[in-house]
Amino acid sequence: MIEVLRPGPLALVMDAGRPGYAAVGVSPSGAFDRAAFRRGARLVGNDPGRQAGIEITLGGFAFRALAGWRVALTGTVCPVTVDGHRVGWDAVIDLDPGQILALGTPEIGLRSYLSVAGGLDAEPVLGSRSTDLLSGLGPAPLKAGDLLGVGVPPRSAGPPPARPWVPAGDDVLDLLPGPQTGWLADVEALATTWTVSPNSNRVGVRLDGTPIVRRAGEIPSQPLVRGAVQLPVSGQPVVFGPDHPTTGGYPVVAVLTDESCDRLAQLRPGQPCRLRWTTRS
Amino acid sequence: MPELRLLDYGEHALLVQAEPAAVARLTVALASLPDVEVVPAASSVLVRPSAPEKLAETRTAAAAILATPLPPAPSITDAAEIRIPVVYDGPDLAAVADLTGLGVAGVIAAHTATPWRVAFAGFAPGFAYLADGDARLAVPRRAEPRTSVPAGSVGLADGFSGIYPRASPGGWQLIGRTDTVLWDAGRTSPALLTPGAWVRFEAARP
Repeated sequence: MIEVLRPGPLALVMDAGRPGYAAVGVSPSGAFDRAAFRRGARLVGNDPGRQAGIEITLGGFAFRALAGWRVALTGTVCPVTVDGHRVGWDAVIDLDPGQILALGTPEIGLRSYLSVAGGLDAEPVLGSRSTDLLSGLGPAPLKAGDLLGVGVPPRSAGPPPARPWVPAGDDVLDLLPGPQTGWLADVEALATTWTVSPNSNRVGVRLDGTPIVRRAGEIPSQPLVRGAVQLPVSGQPVVFGPDHPTTGGYPVVAVLTDESCDRLAQLRPGQPCRLRWTTRS
Repeated sequence: MPELRLLDYGEHALLVQAEPAAVARLTVALASLPDVEVVPAASSVLVRPSAPEKLAETRTAAAAILATPLPPAPSITDAAEIRIPVVYDGPDLAAVADLTGLGVAGVIAAHTATPWRVAFAGFAPGFAYLADGDARLAVPRRAEPRTSVPAGSVGLADGFSGIYPRASPGGWQLIGRTDTVLWDAGRTSPALLTPGAWVRFEAARP
């Protein structure tokens, strides 16, 4: 087991999510920065499609290993220590029983992932251990004193990643056309620099800036996807994250590329964020 | 044949836009595609292949389905009606009686007289938008949404009826309540109401 000593601003058990239930109103959820989550899982030898880790928002997380566990940290780089000694990011760390791993606060970026060889145990809901903050499904946000079981660790760690880790900080999101792109009075008005609103979370990231002019009105409820860029009456875009509602009645004027959906996870409230149209896909 | 439009919806999904009346038939037709998740809404249907790399072949197969006549609408005989007992004592019942001009007894009679079709889900796990009921019950949402609506509340809004699966904020006009459990994550099929099913409300004593 591991014992949570402090959760930091927000720490959530997270896996690849619970796809397949959108028709009954349940979002896919799952790790927000999927590439960072998968990288960590593979580093310790886990199956990223099956095993759970922890999504840490803005660092600050600390835990005690109650047995010898192999772990790795990926995503937004935080200062990290084991029993007070600095250790490496994006690499396998072998913890002895009783050792304490503690994260500081990252300088840039938002979400980091803790992977533990064997995967973290929590009661699965609809086949997933992910916490869905919109629907309230899955484990509660972690708090100090929580004990989490660990599955049987794979015999060996995974191969080292082929590509070096690129730290968060790229603030550009690539846009593909959405079902209501035609509602925009000027499609280029969206392709500008916005500010990430403090009113952002795993459900959606709100962008503050000069309101966009669009055709008035709403649409009949339409399915939503991660990365859908919705334009409510305010003219300020909302970009949906993994815990998005499954349907919505405001026009979707663009959709992020898959890669940009991961980048969205790392945008910190208050930072600038540039949207640009792409033809790739 | 209704006009259908097939669009890419990001890099993992497709969206088919249609007339609201064609959505049920379209959902049945698209569900025949292999390894896809099909999510209907009011006038569009999402198609998501289980593996993102299958998007291109799913697009081709979906286009082929749209080029052929849609299957007939699923009729009420295809699925058992789900009977839901309702105590009609909601806080907006009098307002709905006035808005519709039906009176309280008339609202209850209209709500229970004909079956409702589960059109699509959204808002919360297990929340179903019920369509095709008595058109006289089409009322707008409340001007001021409530910060908390109790679980089991039965409401009306924008031509739909719906039941709150759990306590949540909400803006629908509440006409009654039910003890029926709409959502149980421990069940194999967690939602009682799934798209395509039919619901019949029955007036119950408090």
